[in-house]
Amino acid sequence: MPSRTGSHSPAGIGRSLPERGLLLLMVLMFMQGSVLPLGAASSPDISHQENVNTHKAAEQLTNNTKKAFPVLDLDYHHIQTPFEISLWVLLASLMKLGFHLIPRLSGIVPESCLLITVGLLVGGLIKLAGEQVPPVLDSRLFFLCLLPPIILDAGYFLPIRPFMENLGTILMFAVVGTLWNAFFIGGLLYAVCQIQPANPNPLHTIELLPCLLFGSIISAVDPVAVLAVFEEIHINELLHILVFGESLLNDAVTVVLYHLFEEYTAAGTVTVTDCVLGVISFLVVAVGGVLVGAIYGILAAFTSRFTSHTRVIEPLFVFVYSYMSYLSAEMFHLSGIMALIACGAVMRPYVEANISHKSHTTIKYFLKMWSSVSETLIFIFLGVATVDGPHAWNWTFVTVTVILCLVARIIGVVGLTYVINQFRIVKLTTKDQFIIAYGGLRGAIAFSLGFLLNKDLFPMREMFLTAIITVIFFTVFVQGMTIKPLVELLAVKKKQEAKRSINEEIHTQFLDHLLTGIEDICGHYGHHHWKDKLNRFNKKYVKKCLIAGERSKEPQLIAFYHKMEMKQAIELVESGGGVKLPSAVPSTVSMQNIQPKKPPPAKPVERALPQLPRGREEEIRKILRSNLQRTRQRLRSYNRHTLVADPYEDGFGDFLIKKQKMIELEKKVRLSALIKDMNNYLTVPAAPPDSPTMCRARLASDPQAYSMKPTSDSVPTIHVDLASPQSPDSVNLLDEFRRAGQQQQQQKQKDEDQGLMMRPPSRPSGPNKPGADDAKDQQKLTRCLSDPGPSADEDEDEPFLP
Amino acid sequence: MGASQTRSERKHQDLADRTGFSPEQIKNLHKRFQHLSGNEETISRENLDSIPALANNPIRKQIIEAFFDKRNQRQDEVGSCEEIGFEQFLMVMSHFRPPTLKTTDEEKEALRKEKLRFLFNMHDTDNDGTITLDEYRKVVEELLSKSGAIGQEAAKAIADAAMLEVASTNVPHMAPDDFYEGITFEHFEQILKGLEMESRMHIRFLDVDTTTMRCGKSTS
Repeated sequence: MPSRTGSHSPAGIGRSLPERGLLLLMVLMFMQGSVLPLGAASSPDISHQENVNTHKAAEQLTNNTKKAFPVLDLDYHHIQTPFEISLWVLLASLMKLGFHLIPRLSGIVPESCLLITVGLLVGGLIKLAGEQVPPVLDSRLFFLCLLPPIILDAGYFLPIRPFMENLGTILMFAVVGTLWNAFFIGGLLYAVCQIQPANPNPLHTIELLPCLLFGSIISAVDPVAVLAVFEEIHINELLHILVFGESLLNDAVTVVLYHLFEEYTAAGTVTVTDCVLGVISFLVVAVGGVLVGAIYGILAAFTSRFTSHTRVIEPLFVFVYSYMSYLSAEMFHLSGIMALIACGAVMRPYVEANISHKSHTTIKYFLKMWSSVSETLIFIFLGVATVDGPHAWNWTFVTVTVILCLVARIIGVVGLTYVINQFRIVKLTTKDQFIIAYGGLRGAIAFSLGFLLNKDLFPMREMFLTAIITVIFFTVFVQGMTIKPLVELLAVKKKQEAKRSINEEIHTQFLDHLLTGIEDICGHYGHHHWKDKLNRFNKKYVKKCLIAGERSKEPQLIAFYHKMEMKQAIELVESGGGVKLPSAVPSTVSMQNIQPKKPPPAKPVERALPQLPRGREEEIRKILRSNLQRTRQRLRSYNRHTLVADPYEDGFGDFLIKKQKMIELEKKVRLSALIKDMNNYLTVPAAPPDSPTMCRARLASDPQAYSMKPTSDSVPTIHVDLASPQSPDSVNLLDEFRRAGQQQQQQKQKDEDQGLMMRPPSRPSGPNKPGADDAKDQQKLTRCLSDPGPSADEDEDEPFLP
Repeated sequence: MGASQTRSERKHQDLADRTGFSPEQIKNLHKRFQHLSGNEETISRENLDSIPALANNPIRKQIIEAFFDKRNQRQDEVGSCEEIGFEQFLMVMSHFRPPTLKTTDEEKEALRKEKLRFLFNMHDTDNDGTITLDEYRKVVEELLSKSGAIGQEAAKAIADAAMLEVASTNVPHMAPDDFYEGITFEHFEQILKGLEMESRMHIRFLDVDTTTMRCGKSTS
């Protein structure tokens, strides 16, 4: 049995060389040990042995011989399949872990190459051990289990705006480009095969149709490979979406061509009717796939509308509906990939408006996790299958294929770009064309499609498979490894790291309306007009159906604003609370700098505060601290079936934040300038308290007093962090305050409230009402603390995997 | 008949040279101008107001105002007119031309400045060279004007936040008592650097007259 202990290395390992070496050694041992059960899977000996054992045991029982009760027994067969699956997944994850411990390697070689190498090693080890390599890249396993997570991840996080803006270009590349590739490669291969040298050549037996089929298999750009390589090179959004979009949308073409040629190979001839049927079939496959996906997407969005009481299973709906859309599309031989993309893209805006923040994080992390594991497994299996598969190497065929693939791709891209540039505003330059051509990687889909071929219909199946594998290796290794230095060399524009700012968002919206207006004045219906119509239709009818409660009316700008604030709050927590909010430029500008100076209001709002004697202060601080600790002890226990959607659910997090803030404040006792004009606080009023969106949209829910104090010197300010009045904790604190009879002052330290910290509105009120500074801030912080927290630079709009 | 034809053609050609449109596009726009003005020589605000499709646009007033703003005529005048002729109409429209493949980088830069200037003028209603907080608030309010009560209250906060961002990016270190007057044109350019205005702010001007074809998709 393989030793399991080696795999549980502590997290901090890997920094020093001997430790790293130890980890690698353990991984290798693990692999070695895992070879045995993996290989044993297909060998019939063990199962036979077990049968003999049980038979013997039965015999012995009937003989009434008292056999010792087996205290420890080995029954591998019982758990065989799940055990092997887990072993593979573990292997894949450990490999991924291992690569990042070797820093220089992961910079030079893309992960996909390393993983294929590992697969080759594992396959080799299994073969050396004398066992039969399991057929891991079984087409069913691949298409039904390994591929969907990657595609769903891509589809759910597809950046819709750039995708739609470039849809024409993408479709041209996907449809026309793939068709061109398929026919060019297939046709020329057939021509080459028919060249008659003096000696008889096994290639002569290949007909035209199998060649065309081979061409259509090998011509499709693979989304998995593209994703794997492109995510590491960080090129600009346009190029990324072009190549990636093409790899997704060409699935429809591939499906149609594949089935078409497969059918006709059996028949033997092709007529014009068949061609016409092929074209119709393409439309049906593509449009049908998208429709199926859209229907499931709407269903998912509609379901998510009612999940406000059962937040725990929200992510499940997203996953299950998407997977079912994929399966349904595959059932009708429609394009499953397009269905999955459509489902994810359609459901996302509505689902995100409905689900809780935690579910959103869950969905994001699960998708990334599954797609990451899937991708790793696919590449490893590719390596294993290479070692295993029956190969029929034919120099001519393979080399001609590789060359033709490259040539076809280049000609296709250049030709299509020439046509497309007539219609585009932002033209594609030569550099862009080169990257698009060079980024046309082939991957595991091609291999699986080849694997599916029927041996009887296609006697040259092995040769095809060998050629496919060679092309895949060539593109992944050669093109994958060199694309990064080439991008640097050609100085291709990289992805902009800057986050989307509120100003950009405002002006994007403004521009949309402006351009629509100008188009209306000009009197023609351009695409701004239709986009505007679609948006209005969406707002008026669709959102009302699919989004629950108040959020259905929330305009996009406000939604964006909320999201941004949330992100800022999370960043504040992650940076430790006392540090300045990370902004692009460290800045000392705060709200008071931009508010126009108004004369002080007539009514004296400033209250004269008595100077707090030091002892009293200490007393108050002690009271506060003890109250916070009491809060901590009152942690609620969770029922597995309910997650209270309450911002204060995690009392410990609350306590931690407050404690931290107090420490910071005590460390830096500083005066902050008086805020002269109280009416100029930033505030967004709360949604009505019973709105289900309170938790996410609430910004300043505490309409409490923020009483002013005239500029004084050296009164140390104490931070009072109150829970919202509804929470039982605040009642306690309120009591304490009334007893203390003092009014607590909260001042925000200037360097702690950079950026867009909102303050609650200040209204003069009774002297004993304590102010609630950053209560909203706290809410955000506490809410965020219990999350693992999406990383700060991740944006839903970003297409790239972290 | 023939004489006036060549005269208007010559005028069109002259306009084409100045604004950069092609003669066919100018002919189309002229037809549209006639349609809007009811065959008069000038159009007024009411003519533009009466376009039914504009009714749903939240920033309708600003768009119409931009046509009558003298600052957009590239003649260094200020103020606004009551009525504009075809030439002024074209001048405003020319801000929305797309760059061509042959546009050099300097030209693209100039084009972007011009478009940003147009946007700036739309926001800076009192023409003091800066977008003050009040003006910016108005902008956001108009954007959210179709969104009811939620929109109005949030507009103020969003505008304040945006202003703060501009100030932080452009003038990072301000003493507590300093006051940020407003967004100047340079600051405006700076914050919208990432949007690539020269490629985004354009519409397709058609060479073919589609005003009569109501199934219009742009043909170019």
